[in-house]
Amino acid sequence: MSERYTITVEGSGSADCGAGERVLVALERAQGFGRLKNMPCRLPVGCRRGGCGICRARVIEGDYRRDVMSRAHVTSDDEADGVVLACAIYPLGDLTLRLEPKRLGKNGRMAEMSQGGK
Amino acid sequence: MAHTGVLRPGFIQLRVLDMPAAVEHYTKRIGLHQVTEGPDGRVYLKAADEFDHHSIVLRRADTAGYDLMAFKVREESDLDSFEKRIVEWGYPVDHVAAGEQPGIGRRIGWMLESGHRIELYHHADQSEPKPRIHNPDVWDLEPHGMRARRFDHALLYGPNIQRNLEFFEKVLDFSCAERVDMPDGLLAIWLTASMKAHDIAFVNHPEPGKFHHAAFDLESWMDVGHAADILTRYDISVDIGPTRHGITRGQTIYFFDPSGNRNEVFAGGYSYYPDNPTRTWDAENVGKGIFYYERQLNDAFLSVVT
Ligand code: FES
Ligand SMILES: [Fe+2]
Repeated sequence: MSERYTITVEGSGSADCGAGERVLVALERAQGFGRLKNMPCRLPVGCRRGGCGICRARVIEGDYRRDVMSRAHVTSDDEADGVVLACAIYPLGDLTLRLEPKRLGKNGRMAEMSQGGK
Repeated sequence: MAHTGVLRPGFIQLRVLDMPAAVEHYTKRIGLHQVTEGPDGRVYLKAADEFDHHSIVLRRADTAGYDLMAFKVREESDLDSFEKRIVEWGYPVDHVAAGEQPGIGRRIGWMLESGHRIELYHHADQSEPKPRIHNPDVWDLEPHGMRARRFDHALLYGPNIQRNLEFFEKVLDFSCAERVDMPDGLLAIWLTASMKAHDIAFVNHPEPGKFHHAAFDLESWMDVGHAADILTRYDISVDIGPTRHGITRGQTIYFFDPSGNRNEVFAGGYSYYPDNPTRTWDAENVGKGIFYYERQLNDAFLSVVT
């Protein structure tokens, strides 16, 4: 049995997450079991692979390992601030996080437009 | 010759975050073959049932999403006549030299008002593997993975799709096979240059240049089931399906590549003739139009794009 950690979503509840497991996937399972009782809506889930940005969150406390994430959704400043895509991090201990979905029209989100090219 | 002008989607170029993971996904899982890797690191892929050089181009970048999609035209001279019509319509056209992508001749390109770059080209070298043409077997090389037969179509998200509709119909001679109209306006269009139910589709979306999915043609509903087995076996992220679209009637699964770009495997769909009327869907029935069995949109359909 691999190491297991507790992921707390501020104000919503908590989830049990394996060391090699994507945090977002653990949260999906927890919501399925009714363990994110106070979450007012369905957990935002998209690609689960760090590309679409829908699972953007801020880690308030705890260590984690990260996969590559789209810079359209997490800039290097964001990254230094603990902003992550929850689907692209794996816990190294207990974690506390806050969901921080970006809204349309905010700067970072439009940044990828210039990447179009050929 | 009945089919002139734009023939079909030739290739699509997508941005990926991790090239080795992307290549493994598109070759081992979807069942494509790597043709070559260019000097700039772009990787060129094809299905074994396609003759032309490549149909998928992967470019390593720090964001996922769509670079461009290119349609093949029947004659070299079509490039000049379409360029004239596109410029007359009011879009500036640029030129990409032959060889910018290996095996592909000169291309013309322009930007749609939805923020997507589209290109046309005529020449493509053929590459291996490809179907034999004399006493051919059903396949020369045994299909693997999801057994994709070709790159089939793409769905793109952006603003001004009413303008895309007019442009594709009036300038590129496409037809609109189906459309969704909401009380506040046009939501989506399915456009075809061929007898396929769609070659490209657009959904109205505030952010320009977004990518919803690239679809691969499978032979049958059985192969869609086989693809679903592969998705679970290799823990590939699934969006929805296996299910069916009311629109086009295709049998389908939506899932994601390792960079979060959505893929579709697609089987069936009706044959479209250019004299067929446009099929229309309204707000009350759009759920059934998109996902025929669920009869409602999932949360991700309108919000999750790269
Ligand atoms: S779900 Fe797409 S980036 Fe996390
Ligand atoms: Fe599709």
